[in-house]
Amino acid sequence: MNKLQNQKAWWLVVPVVILVAFNALIPLMTVVNYSVQETFGNNLFFWHGLGWFQEVLTSERFHASLLRQLAFTFTILLIEVPLGIAVALCMPRTGPWVSVCLVLMALPLLIPWNVVGAMWNIFALPDIGLLGNAVNSLGIDYNFTQQPVSAWVTTVVMDVWHWTSLVVLLTYAGLCSIPDAYYQAARIDGASSWAVFRFIQLPKLKRVLTIAILLRFMDSFMIYTEPFVLTGGGPGNTTTFLSIDLVKIALGQFDLGPAAAMSLIYFLVVLLVCWVFYTLMMRNEEN
Amino acid sequence: MMRGQTHRALVTTLYIVFLMLPIYWLVSMSFKTTNEILGAFSLWPQDFTLENYRKIFTDPTWYTGYLNSISYVAMNTVISVAVALPAAYAFSRYRFLGDKHLFFWLLTNRMAPPAVFALPFYQLYSAIELFDTHIGVALAHCLFNIPLAVWILEGFMSGVPKELDETAYLDGYSFWRFFIRIFIPTIAAGIGVAMFFCFMYSWVELLLAKTLTAVDAKPIAATMTRTASTSGYELGLLAAAGTLTIVPGAFVIYFVRNYIARGFALGRV
Repeated sequence: MNKLQNQKAWWLVVPVVILVAFNALIPLMTVVNYSVQETFGNNLFFWHGLGWFQEVLTSERFHASLLRQLAFTFTILLIEVPLGIAVALCMPRTGPWVSVCLVLMALPLLIPWNVVGAMWNIFALPDIGLLGNAVNSLGIDYNFTQQPVSAWVTTVVMDVWHWTSLVVLLTYAGLCSIPDAYYQAARIDGASSWAVFRFIQLPKLKRVLTIAILLRFMDSFMIYTEPFVLTGGGPGNTTTFLSIDLVKIALGQFDLGPAAAMSLIYFLVVLLVCWVFYTLMMRNEEN
Repeated sequence: MMRGQTHRALVTTLYIVFLMLPIYWLVSMSFKTTNEILGAFSLWPQDFTLENYRKIFTDPTWYTGYLNSISYVAMNTVISVAVALPAAYAFSRYRFLGDKHLFFWLLTNRMAPPAVFALPFYQLYSAIELFDTHIGVALAHCLFNIPLAVWILEGFMSGVPKELDETAYLDGYSFWRFFIRIFIPTIAAGIGVAMFFCFMYSWVELLLAKTLTAVDAKPIAATMTRTASTSGYELGLLAAAGTLTIVPGAFVIYFVRNYIARGFALGRV
């Protein structure tokens, strides 16, 4: 759409800018402030330069949680995106079942995150949980509170349960917007269903899939409440993702400097990835 | 063709069953007595009880949690959408200095991990004396809900032809009169979707809500965490409280079910 050049439009944006700036800039500046200072309590602060950043960037603990975080995010993206597309392709396009499917599928998205964690906790408990009990009675030794592998698998399955529906709903919306004429043309050409997917549906889904991957990347990179309630980051540190580690350092040990430096590095990583994605998305749109 | 249909129905059904199983377990546990939960494994409540629900509806520390959550979520939804509306109009209709950068900056706030902001938020809201108030949590949630609302509304508004605005101005409408009388009713569906998303993200968020409250505005989800840790393991009560947190969401989804898919695509598919 052709847009008019009009500087007065700024007035319409002012309330948003004030509210968001108040919430974003003041806390961000506080974090920046902490990240370059050392404190020994009593509200006494000393200039510490970039020391905390060096410390965090070279600490093994940070490397370990960053690696765990990346492994987690890539695992869930690899499962959720294909699974979401598959389910969306299988969903009915018309008829009374559409609403039923949509309502049931959206349900996990609206459950408070700690309830998701608590729910999976009691679902997966080895003795009294439905899942834990079933898996153990199959003869597989499973206890997510003690075995690292079980804890990992449970956390991943929980996230798949929680968020695959987002990919499904986005993909479904994308599929519904493909005009019927495309499918008719494909039928006349005798295209196989794989060819229809590869050459008609997938190109049309590019945009929604970008949004889906972007949202899933951001949210899984920030995941805190669900694994915290489910496993508490354990056993050991095996499910301590970045946010959990950060809260441990900031509010648990009250090491403000390192926590602030870590926050900024963390934020910059998310920002960088999202900026690359956003730029690619906008370029696609212009073409 | 028939075989393909059956396969597709099977995949959808299996997926929905997978989604429903943990929810079933939560609901079924909420009707069990603590003895039964800790005693023997049973697929459905043998000793059906409503005791857990009765406790929640009669004990003020429990039900005020719900009222708190609902009040700050409602305030946040109204504030977010109200300020996002004119801003989204500006982004969808005009070019102005720094518009693209501003839009991306807004989106970056959707990307900020709340864990990063937890401590500074606590200090900021204590300093302006909004700690432990509903409006405090509502304002804090604006951090991620306003950008989202602007993003969604901008998508919907860009779908409305510009001729609508031009005709109205030619007919002598002032900007605000046009905006309120004509434009807002035109994008009512988009507003519904934006409200749904603000509701959703404010309702499920806990880290900031918990950090910013102590007693008076404590959200229900935080009450649950406290119960889990202090009074031993009252799983039945916890399950009942969890089940009740699903109910408002289910209601909201039912009302906006026809717009959900569009809204998730942010109106820009």
